[in-house]
Amino acid sequence: MIIYKQDNMLTEAEMQAIDHEISQLPHKKAGVIEALKIIQRHRRWVSDESVEAIAAYLEISPAEVDSVATFYNLIFRKPVGRHVILLCDSISCYVMGYDKLYGALQQQVGIRFGETSPDGRFTLLPNACLGCCDHAPALMIDEDLFRDVKVEMLDVLLSGYK
Amino acid sequence: MERPLTEYIQPGRPPLDLKGYEMTGGYAAVRKVLRGMSPAEVQQQVRDSNLKGRGGAGFNTGMKWSFVPMGRDAPGPKYLIANADEMEPGTFKDRLLMEGNPHQLIEGMILSAYAIQASVSYIFLRWAYRQAAQLLRKSMEEAYAAGYLGRNILGSGYNLDMHLHTGVGRYMCGEETALLNALEGKRATPRAKPPFPQVSGLFGKPTIVNNVETLCCIPHIVNKGAAWFKGLSYSEDSGGTKIYGASGKVKRPGAWELPMGVTLRQLLEEHAGGMKDGFTLKGVLPGGASTDFLTIDHLDVKMDYTSVAAAGSRLGTGTMVVMDDATCPVGFVHNLQHFFAQESCGWCTPCREGLPWVEKILLSIERGEGREEDMQLLHMHTRLLGPGNTFCALAPGAMEPLQSALKYFGEDFQRHIKNKKCPY
Repeated sequence: MIIYKQDNMLTEAEMQAIDHEISQLPHKKAGVIEALKIIQRHRRWVSDESVEAIAAYLEISPAEVDSVATFYNLIFRKPVGRHVILLCDSISCYVMGYDKLYGALQQQVGIRFGETSPDGRFTLLPNACLGCCDHAPALMIDEDLFRDVKVEMLDVLLSGYK
Repeated sequence: MERPLTEYIQPGRPPLDLKGYEMTGGYAAVRKVLRGMSPAEVQQQVRDSNLKGRGGAGFNTGMKWSFVPMGRDAPGPKYLIANADEMEPGTFKDRLLMEGNPHQLIEGMILSAYAIQASVSYIFLRWAYRQAAQLLRKSMEEAYAAGYLGRNILGSGYNLDMHLHTGVGRYMCGEETALLNALEGKRATPRAKPPFPQVSGLFGKPTIVNNVETLCCIPHIVNKGAAWFKGLSYSEDSGGTKIYGASGKVKRPGAWELPMGVTLRQLLEEHAGGMKDGFTLKGVLPGGASTDFLTIDHLDVKMDYTSVAAAGSRLGTGTMVVMDDATCPVGFVHNLQHFFAQESCGWCTPCREGLPWVEKILLSIERGEGREEDMQLLHMHTRLLGPGNTFCALAPGAMEPLQSALKYFGEDFQRHIKNKKCPY
């Protein structure tokens, strides 16, 4: 289900999106983070081939691109599933028992933090504070935020993501 | 009691659009300033209002601006940046302001940019705040269309562009010089100061970085004056209201705009509704994860910069995390140190090497594998990772809850070590 190799050439759409970002910056190199975000939006994660493609396009070394890519939490340098579950493990969610949600997710999806389900449907990751501590525990699935999450809700919640 | 920042915020309802915002007096401050106030006058008014930075450091905002080179010979373009990378665990006040009234932030940014004569502004927004991103984007478009942004704003000859940058997740981005590196497309490591960003910031140009809540105060100061703003506060040490918040096992977790300087007791008992049934209060991080614990002995402390500091902690972001008697203090502090160790940027050695060590020691104590000498090691780290030994404030901030936990809850640590298990 998971494809491990990506094209080492940027597509027309990717280049256009990157050009648009660069046009607002004093120099090309400053567009690395935006370029990584664009590639991830198109390819879901950022492979070695993609790192090389970005480096060539921005005329910097692949190592430079990789140093930025690996620095940020939400740039995925490994394949992820169709949906990424980000479970908040910071302090307010700790106090309000995020570990129960983690336990239930492990059972229901069969994966631990950092793993992807064999059918490629979900990747589960811990995430630092999501900034809705008054509604802890919280999690995000892709771009959707869920607050005051209870174990009983997980079934219905996950069923929305095929 | 006045609540200027949240008066028109109704949780659960969509925020005011441009028309609605204008009907509540929105953008009147921009008109006022562009029609008859000099940048120096705006700076002076903000300085007189005694507004202090709401991101945690608590520096006088007008004074911060005054270090920006002004006049014809000043290097440009100058930049004004809204720090909306709210990622301090336990903090959710800027989300409320951006989702609740995005035009208020944009107006505050226009005024602040004018005060330092910046021509480019950025909102550096956390990736996780998807709704805020949508709302801000839409509001920025409205502001451009109405002529509040762009070239020759309201015919004044003043130009300002505004961009929204969404991050890709790293606590370090909240540190102002690391934020600048992130905006330049680099790893978010801190920069040496001096030069200060006011002189050499984004792309080497004069730059001001202000917190969202700070910027949201500006339109109100311009409209109603410095004396009025000062009068909102119960405290001498800072003007205005403050968005306070509470999370943890309290009856009504949430955020409230209140006069600066209400007491911890008022916040916990009146606004948060006290502890949930069956739980008692054990400790509070008054201003986010990187502030020292306060305890039940500190309930009458006023929540302003000076009083919280006198009680041995920091006001920080003013959004507190409440620890109850059923939560293990060792597990609690381990959770915090796990966060800080993970988010350390690795730039300087004490932080990069020290924090994971602290995290490991705490985990072993929590698991009942701690040794007597671990207490000494932890104490030692609070000194070695403290102020003056690291490049930025991340590690010293991380040591604050640890040193105060050792002080107030030392017995809990000892019981773990003695009984070889977690008693909770």
